[in-house]
Amino acid sequence: MTDTIAALASGRPPAALAIIRISGPAALAVVQRLAGRVPPPRRLSLCRLHHAGQLLDEALVAVFPGPASASGEDLAELHLHGGPAVVAGVLDAVTAQPGVRLAEPGEYTRRAFANGRMDLAQVEGLADLVSAETASQRDQALALAGGALGRLADAWRERCLNVLAEAEAGLDFAEDEADVAERLDEAAREQLTAMADELAAVIADATRAMRIRDGLSIAVTGPPNVGKSSLVNALAMRDVAIVTAIPGTTRDAIEVPIDLAGVAAVLIDTAGLRDTDDPVEAIGIARARARAAAADLVISVSSAEAPAWPDTAGLRLLNKCDLAAPGVPPDVLRVSAATGAGLPALRDWLADWAHRLTRPGEPALLAHARHRAAFADAKAALRDAALAPEPVLRAEALRLAAHAFGRIAGRVGVDDVLDRIFSRFCIGK
Amino acid sequence: MREYDVIIVGAGHAGCEAAAAAARRGARVALVTLRADDPGTLSCNPAVGGIGKGHLVTEIDALGGIMGRVTDAARLQSRLLNRSKGPAVHGPRAQVDRALYRAAMAAVLAEFPGLSIVTAAVEGLVLDQGRITGVETSAGHLAAPAVVLTTGTFLGGVMHIGSQREAGGRVGAQASDLGAALRAMGLPVSRLKTGTPARLDGRSIDWSVLEWQHGDGDDPRFSRFGQRNGHPPIPCAITRTNAETHRIIRDHLGESALYGGHIDSVGPRYCPSIEDKVVRFGDRDGHQIFLEPEGYDDISIYPNGLSTSLPLHVQEKFIRSIRGLEQVAIMRPGYAIEYDHVDPRALTPGLAARAVPGLFLAGQINGTTGYEEAAAQGLVAGANAAALALGLPDLIVDRTQAYIGVMIDDLTLHGVAEPYRMFTSRAEYRLRLRADNADQRLTPLGEALGLVPAAQAAAFAAEQAERERARTLLNSLTATPHQLASHGIEVRQDGQSRSLFEWLRFPAVTHEAARRVWPELATVSDDLLASLAVDANYAAYIARQEAEVAALRRDEALALPAGLDFATVAGLSKEMVERLSRARPQTLGAASRVPGITPAALIALLPHTSRRNPELAA
Repeated sequence: MTDTIAALASGRPPAALAIIRISGPAALAVVQRLAGRVPPPRRLSLCRLHHAGQLLDEALVAVFPGPASASGEDLAELHLHGGPAVVAGVLDAVTAQPGVRLAEPGEYTRRAFANGRMDLAQVEGLADLVSAETASQRDQALALAGGALGRLADAWRERCLNVLAEAEAGLDFAEDEADVAERLDEAAREQLTAMADELAAVIADATRAMRIRDGLSIAVTGPPNVGKSSLVNALAMRDVAIVTAIPGTTRDAIEVPIDLAGVAAVLIDTAGLRDTDDPVEAIGIARARARAAAADLVISVSSAEAPAWPDTAGLRLLNKCDLAAPGVPPDVLRVSAATGAGLPALRDWLADWAHRLTRPGEPALLAHARHRAAFADAKAALRDAALAPEPVLRAEALRLAAHAFGRIAGRVGVDDVLDRIFSRFCIGK
Repeated sequence: MREYDVIIVGAGHAGCEAAAAAARRGARVALVTLRADDPGTLSCNPAVGGIGKGHLVTEIDALGGIMGRVTDAARLQSRLLNRSKGPAVHGPRAQVDRALYRAAMAAVLAEFPGLSIVTAAVEGLVLDQGRITGVETSAGHLAAPAVVLTTGTFLGGVMHIGSQREAGGRVGAQASDLGAALRAMGLPVSRLKTGTPARLDGRSIDWSVLEWQHGDGDDPRFSRFGQRNGHPPIPCAITRTNAETHRIIRDHLGESALYGGHIDSVGPRYCPSIEDKVVRFGDRDGHQIFLEPEGYDDISIYPNGLSTSLPLHVQEKFIRSIRGLEQVAIMRPGYAIEYDHVDPRALTPGLAARAVPGLFLAGQINGTTGYEEAAAQGLVAGANAAALALGLPDLIVDRTQAYIGVMIDDLTLHGVAEPYRMFTSRAEYRLRLRADNADQRLTPLGEALGLVPAAQAAAFAAEQAERERARTLLNSLTATPHQLASHGIEVRQDGQSRSLFEWLRFPAVTHEAARRVWPELATVSDDLLASLAVDANYAAYIARQEAEVAALRRDEALALPAGLDFATVAGLSKEMVERLSRARPQTLGAASRVPGITPAALIALLPHTSRRNPELAA
C-alpha cells in the first residue's frame, strides 16, 4: 500500500492556468470523486470539479493509468483556472480524500525512478533542483515572520517529545523501577486535549496567513447592470471586465488582482443576480452566489437608478451616485465608477478593512499548505493520543504528532526520546 | 582439507546461539571456549527477557534459536511485564536457575551432531590474502572459512574493584588479547564499561521484613516447545536503598573506580551503577532493589540495582544500611569491567566485518549489552557464517520484520555511544512487532533458510491453518448493535452491522459475551481468540504503518554499491559526504535513516543505486 501524493505542478498562482498533479493508487478515485467520472485516458476532458456540494472549478482533466505514466503510477492532472482561491480549494479537496497527502520535495522523481520511468541521466541534475526547493522551503519557514514558524514548530515538537518521553518511559521501564510511575492517567488526557485545542487556535490563525499569501477575495455582487464591472475596472485602474449597457454581460466570474495599501487582494466580478431563463447565465449566477459565499468580503452594489438595500453582511455600495437617489442609509458608500467620485473613500475603506483582517505587521505563520498540513496532522494525532484506549497506542499517536512537527523543524530520532527519558528518570536496576 | 565450516570463538549467549544456527544449516561447527562448562553461563543477573528483550527471545525462538527453550527449562518463575500497557509491549521475563540453565544449554547443544565444543584459548586469527582461514588456539590450529567472534567482555577485559584492577572477562576467567589483532586488521576498536553487583548469602538476609514478588499464575513461557523443570516457582523480594545508603556512597565516592578516575570508558545510562544513581539522582529518597535467587539449590542472591565498583569494605557498609540486609554476608564483591568493542558500523547487516572476509562479530563485542541482544546477533552471525561456508543464502532481517532487524540496523548504521540495549521505543513498527506474533513474522523466513526444525515448522503451519480458519469464521459472523443489545451487550446504536472481527475492538464485546452471542466460537480456543482480538484492535493503526513499511521497502530495494565513494557523488555537500561515509549505508532506505541526511542528498544518491530484490519493491 502506498500513499497517493498531490501537489501544484505549475508555478505559483495567480496565473492563467494551474496544474495539480496527483500520483498514486488513489489518483483515479480522486478524479472520480471530484469530477463524478474518470475521463478516457491520456486525453484532456472538460470536467466540473465538486467537493462538499460546492462547484470548485471547471477544469481540463487528464488521467494516465500506470505504469504508462510519468511517475509509473496512476496519475491525474487537473488543469485549473489559475486563481489562488481555486487552486487552494481544489488542493484542499484533493488532499481531503482518503490516502492522499501533499507530496514531499523530490517525491515524484523518486517514484518515477523507483518505478523505472526515469533513467539515471534524467535523474542526475535533479538533486540541485530539489536542493534549491527544499532550501527555499526551509528558508521560507525560517524567514517567515523572522523564524517564528521554525521556533513554533520546534517548541511544539519539544512539547510532544516531552509527553512522548513520559509515555515511552512508562512502556519501556515501568517494571524496572518504581521511580517511573504510571503517568498515563486522566491528567495526561487533559494535557493532550489542551494541547490539541491550542493547536486548533494556531491553525485557525492560518486563515490569516493564507490571506496574506494568497490575497483577500472580494466578490462584487448585485443585480444586473448596476455597474459592477465598471467598478471593478475603476478599482483595478485597467479595463479587465467587459462593460456594456446590456444587462447580463458578465457571465462568468472574473478575477482581478489589486493592491490594497500593500495587501494583495482579488476582486471577483460576478454575473448580475436576477431570475433568468438563459441556462448559461443561470450557471454564471449560481457561480456568483458560490463565490460570494466563499469570499472574504462581499460588496453589494446597487445603482442610484434603482436603489435596493439587501440585508447582507459586507459592504453596501451605491453606484452612479452622480444620479439623484433618495433615502440612502448612512453606512452605504456612494461612488460613481463613471466620474470617479467616491472612489478614494472606497479605496481607503477597503485598505482599512484589509489591514484589519491581515494585520500585515504581525507574524503570519502557516502560510503554506505543507505547514498547515503538518500542524493539522499533529492536531489530529494529539486528539487520538488523548482518546487512545491503551498506553502503547497513545505513544504511537504522540510519535506521529512529533513527526508532523519534525517535518518542519527537522527530523525526530528515537535517541531524542531516549535522551529525555534518561535525563529525567532513574532507569535501570 | 578443512576441519570445520564455521568456528565460533566464545560460548556465551551469542556464541551458543551462533553455533546452533550454523549447525542447524548443516555446517560443521567448532565452538571454542576456555572451559568445557562455560556454555550457558549467566555472568550477570539470573534472568532472561523483559520489555524489548523478551521480544528478542521470542524472535530467536521463531527463527529456530535455542535461548527460549533453555530459559523455559531453567526458570524459577516467569512473568509477563507490561500486561496493562497493551499487547505490543508485553514483555515475557523469567528468573532462572544458573545451574539448570547451564545444564539445559549443554543438553540442547548436544543435540547437534555437527557441533563440537573445543576447550582452548584462541590466540590469533589466521588470514590468507586478507581472508579468514582459521584460528590459532592453545590446542593448535583450527581451519575454517568463517569465524564468528563472540568474545563478550573478555576482549581486553579489565575488572575494577575500588582502586584494584585485574585483567579478566569475568571473575575467575582470563581476558583475551585478540583486540590487538582486530586493531591490526583495521577494525575500529574502542572501550566500554559495565558492572555487576555483589552476590549476597541468602541465609544472612532477613526475609521476614521484605515484600515478595511472585511469578505470574499462568507461568508464561518463551517457546512453544518450552518445558518446566518440575520445581515449583519461587519469588524474588523487594527492598530499597535509603538516605543513609546514599550518604555512605557519597562519602566514599572518591574510592570508586568510576569516580576515582580509574575508569573513563562509557557505561550504559540505563544500567547505572549505584554510584551513578546517587550522583545523578541524588534527590531521590531511595532506589528499588530486587533480591533475585540464583537457583533452587543456591544460597547466592543477586541484588539487582546495586551494581558498583566501590571497594569491598564500602560495599559491605552501604549494603548493610539497606532494610533486610543489615546482617548480610557478601559472597563476592561487585565490580566494574572495561572491555574492547568494535564499532559495529564496520559490519554489514549480516554482521560480517566488511574489511575482513570470513570474519563475523556478535554480542557485546559489537557494543551491545544483555544476554538477549547477544543471542539475537549470534543467531544472525552464525546463520550467515554458515551461509558463507556452504554457499547458502544470507539471513538478513530488516527493521520492519523484527526487533532483531531494528537492533542490527541501529548498530550498523549509527554505531554505539554507550552499550546498546533493546527498547520497544526503538522500534518504529512496534505495533506489528509483538512477542505474540514473532512466529508469524519470522518462522517462514527461518524455515526457508533451513534454520527452523521440522517439528517447529509443522506446529507453526498447523497453528496458522487454525488461525486462518478462525479468522475466516470471525469475518463471516456479523451482528447489528441492536442484535448485540438483545444479548445484553451495550454498544452505540449506530445501526451499523459489523463482523465479529470488527466487534472485537469494542471493549463491551468481551470474549465471554462473544461466545454467548455466537455459539460457533466454541471451535476457537481462548488463546487464539485473544490473539485475533489483538489483531482487530491494532488493525487500523497497522494499516497506516503498512504504508510506511511499503515506502521503506521501496527504498530498501535500491542498493548502493558496496565500495561507493560518497565524495565522488555529484551534488552532495561536504557534510553529507562525511555523514554518509561514517555510516556507510547499503541502501537508499538506510541512507535516509542516517541522522541529518536531506531529501536532496537522497536524490543525489539515486543515480548510484541499482534495484535489487524486485519482489520487495512490489
